[in-house]
Amino acid sequence: MVSIENLHKSFGKNQVLKGVDLSIKNGGIIAVLGPNGSGKTTLIKSVLGMVIPNKGTIKVQGENVKKNSNYRHYIDYLPQIANFPSNLKVKELIKMIKDLRKNTNNDQHLIELFKLQPFLDKKLGNLSGGTKQKVNIFLTFMFDSPLIILDEPTTGLDPISLIRLKNLIQEEKAKGKTILITSHIMSFVEEISDEIVFLLEGKIYFKGTITELKNKTNQQDFEHAIASILSENHA
Amino acid sequence: MLKILKYSFFDLIRSRWSYVYFAFYLLLGVVLLFLNNDLSKAVITLMNVIIVLVPLIGTIFGVMYYYNSKEFTELLLAQPLKRSSIFLGQYLGVAMSLSMSLILGLGIPFVFYGLFKSNAIWDFSLLLITGTFLTFIFTALAFNIALSNDNKIKGFGYAILLWLLLAIIYDGVFLMSLIFFEDYPLDKLSLIGTMLNPIDLSRTLILLKLDISALLGYTGAIFKQFFGTSFGLIISFIMLIIWVILPVMRIMFKSRKKDF
Repeated sequence: MVSIENLHKSFGKNQVLKGVDLSIKNGGIIAVLGPNGSGKTTLIKSVLGMVIPNKGTIKVQGENVKKNSNYRHYIDYLPQIANFPSNLKVKELIKMIKDLRKNTNNDQHLIELFKLQPFLDKKLGNLSGGTKQKVNIFLTFMFDSPLIILDEPTTGLDPISLIRLKNLIQEEKAKGKTILITSHIMSFVEEISDEIVFLLEGKIYFKGTITELKNKTNQQDFEHAIASILSENHA
Repeated sequence: MLKILKYSFFDLIRSRWSYVYFAFYLLLGVVLLFLNNDLSKAVITLMNVIIVLVPLIGTIFGVMYYYNSKEFTELLLAQPLKRSSIFLGQYLGVAMSLSMSLILGLGIPFVFYGLFKSNAIWDFSLLLITGTFLTFIFTALAFNIALSNDNKIKGFGYAILLWLLLAIIYDGVFLMSLIFFEDYPLDKLSLIGTMLNPIDLSRTLILLKLDISALLGYTGAIFKQFFGTSFGLIISFIMLIIWVILPVMRIMFKSRKKDF
């Protein structure tokens, strides 16, 4: 699905990724974790081709991402901050993204799921933060791509929408898709992910299941296991 | 690219600022034409306004649009689209909507005034053509500045500085250098100096078209000799086109390497 080899990226003097090797197989939910500034978003954006690596190769479905835009047909991406042109209506934005990407039939179902019907004729500038995030999620799940990347998907959602999002993620997983998530909410990660990748100082510190992590760190719960990694390395 | 262009364009022509910009030109056109009987004076006043205002609005709007649509651009970047088509589409969307405000805002009052029957149609067309060129040039420069500066405040600062430099400071320095070196033959130098600044170039083109170059004295005569001919006119337009193409190429080059 995704294979990353020897990925290096620095912003000025700040070395963010220092040789990341990662291969993600088809199917399942993978959470990318790490302290602030560990390079989670940079890693994800490199896969999307938004950040251009200094060194290393990334392949998605066997296609090299460098100087290529076609492979993004395989990816649905949910960005961290949702901000859309304020003069467009929700309906028009949906139409536009459909126009840019083609193939979809999933939209009616999703509109009902997130109760977006009353907002379709409103301008995006007039929506609340949570509703914008719903639109954002909607746009992500509208297409049936094999890889879904979610960057902090829980931001600003009310509890009901959060439950719906979790169900949606599970549904997509059941279809055999690969889902890559970053989140700071550990309970969400623990509940949903099959495997975690822990980034620390630009390298992969741990890759495996949550149970393996607990065993490795001798901690009973997940949150403490993460905390123990951090305190060991920063104390 | 055409799809991005279409959506940026429609997004922009529905924004309040486009209407304000359009209404301003409409008002200006109406006032100058109907409260003033001298057409060539009206064109000169319009020229003075356009030469200063169009670059200013172009730079500010370009920078503002880029920064405002940053998150949306990121959303587009994750779609299967080429980077160059995203940025060119947005650039053309901004430049075209601004040009449309200009052309319609000034064009409508002129049409009502009876433009098609008057002799001023060529002066007026030239005015709109240079105005459109200036919009395209300065919007492209603004996109360049915004692409190179992630810091909004810095970006705005450089944009204003660029406008100030080309619209005002350049003239000052240019004049000073002419006075300073007045003992030397300056014909070529002043021609080249005019060609290198799109604002000066547009102003000279219009002034010479209006046949008031006699007011400019000896330099005017030289300029007339050059710009008045079709050769000079062609060279001038080529210069303006180069002024559009170079920044646009840099937009494409810069956007290919940028991290978002």
